Parts: sequence; C-alpha cells; structure tokens
Amino acid sequence: MADGIRDKVAIIGMGCTTFGEHFDRSAEELIVEACMEAIQDAGIDKKDIGAAWSGTCYEETSIGKSAITLSVALKLPFIGSTRVENWCATGSEALRGASYAVASGAYDICLACGVEKLKDTGYGGLPQNEVQWGTVRRLVDSNQTAPGMFAMLATRYFSRYGIAPQEGKRMLAMISAKSHRNGALNPKAHLRREVTVEQIVNAPIVAWPLGLFDCCGVSDGSAAAIVCRADMAKKFRSDPIYVKSLQIAASSGVEMLYDDDWTHVETTTYAAARAYKEAGIKNARKEISMAEVHDCFSITEAVTMEDLQFSPRGKVKEDIESGFFELKGELPVQPDGGLKSFGHPVGASGLRMVYEMYKQLQGKAGPRQIKNPKFGLTHNLGGVPSVNVASIIIVGL
Amino acid sequence: MIGITSYGAYIPLLRINRKTISSATGWLGSASALPGEKAIANYDEDSLTMAVAAAADCLKGIEREKVDELYFATTTSPYKERQGAGIVATALDLRSDIRAADFCNSIKAGTTALLSGFDTVKAGSAKSVIVCASDCRVGKAGSNQEQSCGDGSAAILVGEGSVIATIEGSYSVSYDFVDYWRTEADRFDRAWEDRWIRDIGYSRFIPEVISGLLKKYKLNIKDFSKVIYPSLYPREHAAIGKKLGAEPSQIQEQLFTTVGDTGTAYPLMMLVAALEEAKPGDKILVASYGNGSDALFLQVTAEIEKARDRRGVKKHLASKKDLTNYEKYATFRDILTVDIGRRGEDVGATQLSTLWRERRMVLAGCGSKCKRCGTPHYPRQVVCANPSCGAVNEMESYRFSDKKGHLFTYTGDSLAPSLSPPAIYGVVVFEGGGRYTFDLTDCDLDSLKVGMPVEMTFRRKYRDMVRGIHGYFWKATLPRA
Repeated sequence: MADGIRDKVAIIGMGCTTFGEHFDRSAEELIVEACMEAIQDAGIDKKDIGAAWSGTCYEETSIGKSAITLSVALKLPFIGSTRVENWCATGSEALRGASYAVASGAYDICLACGVEKLKDTGYGGLPQNEVQWGTVRRLVDSNQTAPGMFAMLATRYFSRYGIAPQEGKRMLAMISAKSHRNGALNPKAHLRREVTVEQIVNAPIVAWPLGLFDCCGVSDGSAAAIVCRADMAKKFRSDPIYVKSLQIAASSGVEMLYDDDWTHVETTTYAAARAYKEAGIKNARKEISMAEVHDCFSITEAVTMEDLQFSPRGKVKEDIESGFFELKGELPVQPDGGLKSFGHPVGASGLRMVYEMYKQLQGKAGPRQIKNPKFGLTHNLGGVPSVNVASIIIVGL
Repeated sequence: MIGITSYGAYIPLLRINRKTISSATGWLGSASALPGEKAIANYDEDSLTMAVAAAADCLKGIEREKVDELYFATTTSPYKERQGAGIVATALDLRSDIRAADFCNSIKAGTTALLSGFDTVKAGSAKSVIVCASDCRVGKAGSNQEQSCGDGSAAILVGEGSVIATIEGSYSVSYDFVDYWRTEADRFDRAWEDRWIRDIGYSRFIPEVISGLLKKYKLNIKDFSKVIYPSLYPREHAAIGKKLGAEPSQIQEQLFTTVGDTGTAYPLMMLVAALEEAKPGDKILVASYGNGSDALFLQVTAEIEKARDRRGVKKHLASKKDLTNYEKYATFRDILTVDIGRRGEDVGATQLSTLWRERRMVLAGCGSKCKRCGTPHYPRQVVCANPSCGAVNEMESYRFSDKKGHLFTYTGDSLAPSLSPPAIYGVVVFEGGGRYTFDLTDCDLDSLKVGMPVEMTFRRKYRDMVRGIHGYFWKATLPRA
C-alpha cells in the first residue's frame, strides 16, 4: 500500500539566481550559478549526483529542448538527465522527479534545476506561442493571454460575491502591495520597490479588472536543489529540510467543459486536500507556518488562499484586510515577494519557492525571517483557471 | 410553385458618416462629397463572414439538411482560388453532398446567382438553393468608391412549396462596359470617367433591362408595387424611376445614405427590404447593375406572413454604432498599416490538414453531444465530461453556432494583439449545456455584464499574410435585435 513521500527525502542544498531582466546573461550562466550554489550548499561534488532533472517551460526561448542544456552547462559526467515540463509547475516537477528517484532507492543524490529565459522574446508578458495548446486549439481559442484568462476569475469572483469592481480592485491591490513590501527586502527579487494601494489601483489596465501591478514580473532566472535519501541527510548538514508532500493535480476537463464556477481553481483544491493528507496536516490555516503560492496575478493568490483552506470560500477579503498573510501576520504568504515581486521565470519558479521555504526553515531568511516556522507550503498553477495543472509541495523540519 | 421560400440579410453594426471620410481625405479633392453614412465591416468581417450571417438569418427555423445547393456571389472573395461558397456552406453546417458555386467578377452577380438558383429548381436539379450575395469593396483613400461603397449581404432561399414570392420571369442584358475593373494584381478598383459611367452605363442599362422585361411579359411599370434597382448615383437613381414612368412611392428606398453601394448584394438587400413590407399579391421588379443588368419579376404570396421574424434589413439598419475615427476604419480595411507590436507578429502556421479534420468544429462551430447522457461539449470530445457518465466514443455532432447562451465571465485584454483593442473575450455558457471561452465582437467592454445574453457570429479570427491564410471561427456577440 502506497504511503506517500512524507519524510523519505531531504533537501540538503539549494541555489537560486537573482530573478530579473538578465539581458546580459545566458541560460547557461544562470544554470551554472544556481546549481553551483546548491552543490556547494550541500557540500557535495558534481560527481556525487546520480541523476538530474531539468525544468523549462518555454524551451523555444533561448534554452532548447531536453535536459542537454543542463548537462552540458554543468558538464555532468554522462548521468541520466531528463527534462520535465508541466506549465508553471515545471520547477516543482523537476523536484518531484528528483525526489521520487531518491525515494525509490534508485539513487542516493539527485539534482533538480529549473531555468527560464523569458526576456528574449522582444516584448512584455509571456511568449505569444500560438500553438502552446496544440494546433487544433489554436484554431478555436480566443485571442487570449494569461492576464486576460485570470482576469476572468476576478470578474466572476466579484460578481458572485457581490464585490463592486473598485472594491475588488482594492482588495487585490492589498495583495500586491504586501508582496512588493516583502520583495523589497529581498536582494534576489526582480521588482524591489514598494508600491502603495493607490498606485496599484490607478495603474494602467492590462486586462480588466487587472492592472499592471496585479500582474507578476516576467523574468529570467534559475533555481536548483540537491536531494538525498532522508536517512543519509544528516551526513551532509545538521539542518536538512524534509519533503512532507509532493502533489500534482491536472485538470480533468470537467471545469472547462462542464461546470466550473470560475471563482476557485479545482486542481488546487484537490492537490491541497491530498497534500495535507500526505503530510499529516489536519488544519492548514493553523498548522502551515508560511506559504509561497502562485500569485501570477493578484486574483490567483486571492482564490488560492481559499483553495488551500487558509480562508473560507468567499471570505479571503477579511483575511487580506486583517493582515493575516503579511510577513508579521499569522500565516505569512509570499515572504520572498512572490511571483509578483521576485519574478516569474516559469521553469524556475517552483524551485525558487522551495528555496525560500528552505532558507526560512533554516532560519537564514534575514530581514524576512519568520519566527519558528514548522511547515512551509509552495504552490504552482500552470495554464488557465479552467484548464491547468496545480502543484503543492510541503516541506518541514 | 417555384420561387423565394425565405430571405435574410446582414448589415454590419458599424457605420461611418461620409463626412468623417471626406474630412480625412477630402483635401485631395478627388471625390465629390456624398450624403449620409455607410455600413462598414468590422475588422474581423469580410464578404464571407457577412454571407454566413445573412444565410443564418435566412435559414432561421429551416432545416439546414434540406438545402441542396449554395451559391455565393461576390466581387471581394478573400481567395482567388479556394471556393468561397465552400467555406460558407461549411460554416452553415450544410450537407456535403451539395453543389456549391461562386458567382464572381461583376456586381450584377447577385441577381445572376439568384436566376441560376431559380433555373436549377425549375429544372428539377435541386429542391432548395440558397443564394448568398455579399460584398466588402474597399475604395482607395480619397476615391469616390471610398465614400460610395458600403458593406452588407443578403441571402435568398429558392425552392418549391411554401413560396413567399414566385419568380415569374426575367430579362437580362450583358455588355463589356468597363466602368470599374480590377486585375488579379490590383488591390483597388480602377475607374473610367465618372460622368461616362453615370450617363452611358448606369442611366441606360437599367431602363433598358426594365423596359425589356415589361415588353417581354406585356406589363406596365404601374403594375408593380415596388421597383428595385441599385443606387450608384442618388440623383440619377430618382431620374431613372421618372424616366420609366414610376411614381416615387413605387421606387424602393435606395439604402444609399444608410448602407451604401454593397455591390453584388445591393439589389438583393433592397429586395429583402421590399419583402419585409410586402403584402400578398404585390408584384416586385428587381434589377441589378454591372456589365449590363438582370431584371426579375416576382409576385408575393400569402406565405409572406410566415417569414416576418427575420432580422433582415430593417432590424439590422436600426442596430448600429457610429465609427467616428477614420484612421480606425482605414486600419480595419488595411489601408493604413499600424503597429500591433512584436507580439502580434508571432503568427503561427495554420495546419490545413488539421483544419480539414476539424472543419465542422472550427468552421461550423460544432462540438459533440454524448448519446448516453445528452451532455454537449465544445470542443468535441471523445470521452464524456459529465463526471457521472464518462461514456467513451458515444458522441454525435452538435451545433453550437446557432445556440444562444449567456456571458459567464469576461475581460478586455490590452496585452493580446488586436486591431481593435482591448481584445474582449469571455466564457459563454450555452442554453442546453456546453461552455467555452470565445472572443467577443461588436461590443464595448463597458457595456458588458456577467449573465448577459449572447449569440454566435462567424468571423475572421486571424489573417496570416505571410502564408496567405484567412482563419475563420465563431465569436460571441450581443444579439442585434
């Protein structure tokens, strides 16, 4: 009988580049920086790595297919290297692959790396890849972008819960303001400037009702992790971090085709329920110490708080307004600035989130340090609100 | 009894006042100022999409499986080789064992197609023929045509049985009169001297064809309750009526100051407008213009009362939006090349094998319906999405393009590349089940509300000028009437 991943795998080293517009740095340079930081943090040698997983979503921009970019960049000695891609959950998938490989007993030590070079498209936002949903969908899908698809979540959320647009925009602005405040404290973040609720509410509209500051940064960057079997972790360091849960939920099609309400995300809801079971968490609002969630847009963070059972359905506004998710609040969310402020190089983001949880749990988060954290949760959501893949990772002491 | 069994028309929502045009290009002094406004296709409309709209209006309440032939008359088919009628027929989800034909290269092709449809039914080759005439002619900036040409379409169903107007006879004249011409390489029409076209062509051919028809059937102009012919010159239009001995009340309103010269569609749109007001027993005479002329003589029957629920000309005329910005019009018609950004240049290739395989899903807007539980799906599925069903391979085709729905959620997207930003799209939930995200067109973001009723309209989704592809699909829009 399968009993999940809890406490079978430890993270013994992590690395993360600064995220941002690295017009002057190649994917190769970013990979090497993140992986060498992780390798040195773990105190291992490159030759100790049994297998590697590489996560890139938009391989057409600067990186290319397969894990060869990673293996060649690091000059890995002919080990098994695999590229994974699962939309914005790509980085989390890399960690999942490496963790399962270690947990299976096939390897002692594995590497997970995520990298993305989005700033080589020549325009803002994610790449306009017309066949990213396949050649059929391209013929029938609306002229859509990520902000637009998530904006429809806000339109519906406001309508369902009777929130006037300006009131709703204010609620969302408080989410972004919080993330900017946290990100301003983070030397590795992409957008390190505090912004006021007024600035956010009055910013140009990208996709109604979402404005510029409701959207996350689109960045270049890389992050990496070294994992090993839990029973050997203490050989490498005194403060390894243990994997408590790794969950993925992909859309079943029911949401898009049958009956989604567009005020929550079904995959996150399923993945969260399974993750809490796997990690042995009964009351997420009380037991989760901190979270890095997929705030690709402010509204995504809002509904995610409900999908993760942090706030009751339709009630996230109360928790936002009371400061529940602030760095000094009861359940800090996006302590490193989130996608909003830290930036979002898609394939690296999942590992970047775990990087922050890892540093927080080790007490190394500097001015952003959260007091005595026990469980850290990361969440990715890739795709659009009605068709997507959600990942949840829980790590702890 | 053979004749017209149904009719429909389409006039785009957008209108532009001719003063808006003359204030932008009048400084050239090359065109005479014309009165009124004209109807203009939106950026995502062309003669094909408008033909589909008129045909859908015409086929309201009529079983599409019973249509045997489709004729498409136009001088502005987006393709020189790729049949327009085939695209229109596929979009209408007609049977594949039909005859489809394009009638092109002369603005009288609309009446020629109608006469051919009539002759086909009369000969017994088909029981039901739909004739679509549609034009979207673009005049060169500053030209007469820029002011005179309007966009619109009409569709006439010809058949047996419940005929609303019998076709009693016809008379045609054909001349190689080179008033306007466009070679394969030309983007815009060329024209000979306007006075010559007016006095030697327009003012002669129409009286000639009408007199010929009267003589052939031993009729008098006074026998007709309405006499219809297009207006290329508003003043001469009235003079022709006078010359023929018709009272002003007999002359069908010319639509020139409201729609403009819609080419092949023009006489048929006027015919639709006449049928909307016609009474049983009325005799109607309709003549076209263009390299000669065709004239038809029709008689309205008591069945006309059963065909009153069309949007036709009247309702489409009443539903309009003024485009006050000439530059936007010039952009929509590709006269002005604008920067839609690097993002907009990343146009993916169209896999024509994919389009062929999914033609019903893409062009006809058909999804699938589960034969076991009745759940409709768009796009088509193999496995039923109803969690309590899950049937595999038990689907039948299900047409969404003629279903009504409501707007479940929406946005106006300023990042998405569009010639008419913001790109508006939303989730449509259909009456009877099924839901998908569709582009919205012909609407303003500010006017939208969650829960609003919407319907589907066939539009050009994209143009890939590098590969010569016009991509079509269905968009959601607010009902016009």
